[in-house]
Amino acid sequence: MSGQLVTGLKCRLCGKLYPKEALNFCTDDFGPLEVAYDYEAVGRTLTREAIAARPRTMWRYRELLPIDGEPTVGRHVGCTPLIRADRLAKELGVAELYLKNDAVNYPSLSFKDRVVAVALSKAVELGFETVGCASTGNLAGSVAANAAAAGLEAYVLIPDGLEQGKILGATIYGAKVVAVKGNYDHVNRLCSQIAFRYGWGFVNVNLRPFYAEGSKTMGYEIAEDLGWRAPDHVVAPMAGGSLIGKLHKSFRELETLGLIDGPVKTKMFGAQAAGCNPIANTVKTGAGKVKPIRNPETIAKSLAIGDPADGWFASKMIRETGGWSEDVSDDAIVDAMRLLAETEGIWAETAGGVTLAVARKLIEEGRIDRDGSTVLCITGNGLKTQEALVDHLPRPVVIRPTLADFEALVEDGAEAFAGLTSTSFA
Amino acid sequence: MALVRIPTPLRPQTAGLDKVQASGATVGEVLADLGRQHPAIQDRLFDGAEIRRFVNIYVNNEDVRYLEDLETPVAEKDEVSIIPAVAGG
Repeated sequence: MSGQLVTGLKCRLCGKLYPKEALNFCTDDFGPLEVAYDYEAVGRTLTREAIAARPRTMWRYRELLPIDGEPTVGRHVGCTPLIRADRLAKELGVAELYLKNDAVNYPSLSFKDRVVAVALSKAVELGFETVGCASTGNLAGSVAANAAAAGLEAYVLIPDGLEQGKILGATIYGAKVVAVKGNYDHVNRLCSQIAFRYGWGFVNVNLRPFYAEGSKTMGYEIAEDLGWRAPDHVVAPMAGGSLIGKLHKSFRELETLGLIDGPVKTKMFGAQAAGCNPIANTVKTGAGKVKPIRNPETIAKSLAIGDPADGWFASKMIRETGGWSEDVSDDAIVDAMRLLAETEGIWAETAGGVTLAVARKLIEEGRIDRDGSTVLCITGNGLKTQEALVDHLPRPVVIRPTLADFEALVEDGAEAFAGLTSTSFA
Repeated sequence: MALVRIPTPLRPQTAGLDKVQASGATVGEVLADLGRQHPAIQDRLFDGAEIRRFVNIYVNNEDVRYLEDLETPVAEKDEVSIIPAVAGG
């Protein structure tokens, strides 16, 4: 049904229009293409009431997603919890804090299920039988899982040296997983060449304009769950820089459609690791170009993209909204992962640690107003990045199966729980 | 002469060729020679004197932004690749 609502693809630099095909850049100036909608037509059927009556999946906003007809892949994705995080808010010294928890997205436990649902539904429409992606891990798992369920053949290219959880989380689904010697930027370049050479549907290469739109659903859900309002601040992790731009686009679209009251004043804050901070650097310096990072080094591997495709757009948008960007050390990332888990019971992947650690820094710097409403985007699950924690958490205390041992532990052994090595009590 | 690899979307500007031999001691000179042989390609790659924001140039396997951009030396037998820079995440 929404096919007629998409007017085509449009160059983000020169505005040239293209038909709805598997093409990701303008052939005149290489500017990235994005989906253009007929918002007047969208507004005729997309109302708060219509949305509320639909199933709780990301497809409840389907008029704003670029597929023709009904979705065929990832029909159960989205509508993850927006959690009011009062214990964490108290810790950070802010009034109103929320966590958008895509660590529990279906089926592969990251926000990438949103973009893949759109990209692969589009791939099916366009007649692709083989799909692929360049990935730092989460996308690999999501493409593999969703392609398996849709009966598509999948090639997943990753940098070698990824976390075990992410490698297994792609291979279990029968995808052809190829580890490339190098970093994500090498993988990315190779995928650009492969997509042209074989004519496959690479979700983040030639299907990218459609794919990227899936991220907007995270923003729609945030606004709907806040009672149809945009928050004052959003903190989101940045790898290629696409998500944060789409989150902001989602609020502006809701404003255009009259689904939230405008003008949208949400300040957007981008989070990166100190070992891979090209977009944060660009925001801080106000440079007109993103200077890529040649050898990213951080435990936040899902954010280790040295040459971010949307970096320039993201940095520009962040500054225009009055937001900011920061980067944090690996130690701060681990501390934040533990803080999130201990205060709110959420085990995020390393990128979640980056997001929280950066939020904390921005609050301390006074860039995030303590009285406003703040949403932190948690985009992936900690089960996939266990390596980051193994040397930082206490081992279990070992006791004999006697009540006496347990009593002694409770009464005298508090410090035993704090140790980093396995403790044999009594 | 260096070998310049032409990506699919630029092949209409090179009469369908996927690779072109071009001469020059730097990336800038090689691309200038490519532009002399196939004038239509010049505007696609350059915005004034600068390589367009979303065009990446590689010498062998190295992005020239990590080297000396247009001043990056190019030897005989080197391969220069032009790759659209839009992918990611």
